[in-house]
Amino acid sequence: MSPSTGGGSADGPADTVREVTGTGVPVRGNDVDTDEIIPARFLKVVTFDGLGQFAFFDKRFDDDDEPLAHPFNEERFQGASVLAVNANFGCGSSREHAPQALMRWGIDAVVGESFAEIFAGNCLALGIPTVTASREDVEALQDFVDDNPDAEVEVDVEAEEVRYGDTTVDASVDDAQRRALVDGVWDTTALMAANADSVEATAASLPYTDD
Amino acid sequence: MSEGTLYDAVWDRHAVTELPTGQTQLFVGLHLVHEVTSPQAFGMLEERGLDVAYPERTHATVDHIVPTADQSRPYGDDAAEEMMAELEANVGEAGIEFDDPTTGRQGIVHVVGPEQGLTQPGMTIVCGDSHTATHGAFGALAFGIGTSQIRDVLATGCVAMEKQQVRRIEVTGELGDGVTAKDVILTVIRELGTDGGVGYVYEYGGEAVEAMDMAGRMSICNMSIEGGARAGYVNPDETTYEYLEGRDGVPEGEAFEELKAYWESVASDPDAEYDDVVTIDGSALEPVVTWGTTPGQSVGVSEPIPAPEDLPADKQDTARSAQEHMEVEPGDTMAGYPIDVAFLGSCTNARLPDLRAAADVVAGREVHDDVRAMVVPGSQRVKAAAEAEGLDEVFTDAGFDWRSAGCSMCLGMNEDQLVGDERCASSSNRNFVGRQGSKDGRTVLMSPPMVAAAAVEGEVTDVRELEAVTGVEA
Repeated sequence: MSPSTGGGSADGPADTVREVTGTGVPVRGNDVDTDEIIPARFLKVVTFDGLGQFAFFDKRFDDDDEPLAHPFNEERFQGASVLAVNANFGCGSSREHAPQALMRWGIDAVVGESFAEIFAGNCLALGIPTVTASREDVEALQDFVDDNPDAEVEVDVEAEEVRYGDTTVDASVDDAQRRALVDGVWDTTALMAANADSVEATAASLPYTDD
Repeated sequence: MSEGTLYDAVWDRHAVTELPTGQTQLFVGLHLVHEVTSPQAFGMLEERGLDVAYPERTHATVDHIVPTADQSRPYGDDAAEEMMAELEANVGEAGIEFDDPTTGRQGIVHVVGPEQGLTQPGMTIVCGDSHTATHGAFGALAFGIGTSQIRDVLATGCVAMEKQQVRRIEVTGELGDGVTAKDVILTVIRELGTDGGVGYVYEYGGEAVEAMDMAGRMSICNMSIEGGARAGYVNPDETTYEYLEGRDGVPEGEAFEELKAYWESVASDPDAEYDDVVTIDGSALEPVVTWGTTPGQSVGVSEPIPAPEDLPADKQDTARSAQEHMEVEPGDTMAGYPIDVAFLGSCTNARLPDLRAAADVVAGREVHDDVRAMVVPGSQRVKAAAEAEGLDEVFTDAGFDWRSAGCSMCLGMNEDQLVGDERCASSSNRNFVGRQGSKDGRTVLMSPPMVAAAAVEGEVTDVRELEAVTGVEA
């Protein structure tokens, strides 16, 4: 009944994520939904292993599994770790398989105009910052990455900036997300398990827990 | 910030403490579990050597992958069988109650919770599914979570959340004949945008919502996420209490009265303060159908499909590609759009009142020769209740396939999928490209009576006109 307070996770202690630096890859368009990021048929799994190959699958391959034109298929974007997207990215289902697929493809940070909430929360749980910037700034970043696939993009979570070439973009990171990533406290299981007694008290105070 | 709303009240009652991130640690009153998003969470728990903290506040069902035709074990699809077996092992070990198909209670997670009285006002409810807001119809604070958060809830009975703003959506007037809750929520999403609700919880109210039964309220809350809002709710009232009284999970007698006092106490105050208020004239609505590939791309059935260039700049590209995918032309109406498949099901619209409304339209008619049509009840109990009323015969006589409960063609994780570029009239919640199992498939979202009308006519049809022509009473 009382949860043990296991510190750290099996895949190592929660590190801090102050900054992500790497080459970029642009995926353009508003309302990119989680069915597009990972089609439902690839959810028939009991682990997240190997999901990276299925990221954007139906946009990347035709019915005969022949590659289509998609940034994730382009040689020049292989190895990219900063994904640049537009508005309402990640809308739709709550499937964590979506950020898991992106992460396992190689993405460590996403910069976009806006994000669906559950998607952003899922990213945070994986230590992936979802950083927002204005439409103009995001489009400029996408153009830059398109023209300079080998150039590094710095996503500075702490300073809320995105830097590339000679450009510094004012970006925003949700307060709780910034604190969690910068202070390395995004392992919410460990954080909350430490308060087990208070949880019991709250539970006992609720009228519907008498049963 | 809002003050005096149900959201504030339920939040305050469940807040455990503030976390170093600034988030609130929120106690979870009911954690609903299904087979798709939970196995990895159970795996993470095992890796850390943690137990399920509150198995008695956790309830499981199987819905996404379950076949709706042949349900004998092992399932024909190996991957589906593996997921089912994994769920059985996980809930068995943790001591979590599980509505497996042999119990007669199995069904879509957002149908079984309410119908068993597990969903109650003033609760916090989470599930690894974005349509969890459905339960908000009871005045619960209910929202979808990801798998890492499922791990949190399993291990601690809590989620880490930031408090959001509250937008009151007031639906005034009386809905016209043939206009349903589905038409209301599709209108809300079109008017406020697919991302208009980001950062908000939606409180639905007003005369039209108050007049709705619980099924209608669930349809509305269900699609909150399609408007970007992670949670949506309706304040509990007599309709809510009447629905709950006598259900399995609800106590009787004095205990019921005590609980009811709590339920009444969490409802929003008459002078509650909201961060935003939006009013929609419910009496002006007609049946709504989607023309595009997001739930916000909808139109009244008699209205012209908009030209992309008439939409806001940031919506134009999406609209162009959507119209190309759907093969629709600006200026046309959706009425007359040919369909190949009719799907009546999903957590949005597969409850008994939904099936009744569709059956009223189907009665005495036949499914169009070019259409394959199926009804997938939301749960085994819905199915049994519908059969007790003879609805199954109404549907099968007309040529519908009468299936067993599951998510089915809403997202095509079982055998029920669109093939090639089929066009589907669907009572589900998402018209994303590829959603129904074929990346070339086309989905037109609409209410159950409108699905029924499309099934018999072979094209999108204004159900009100169908009634006028034939004189069949809805």
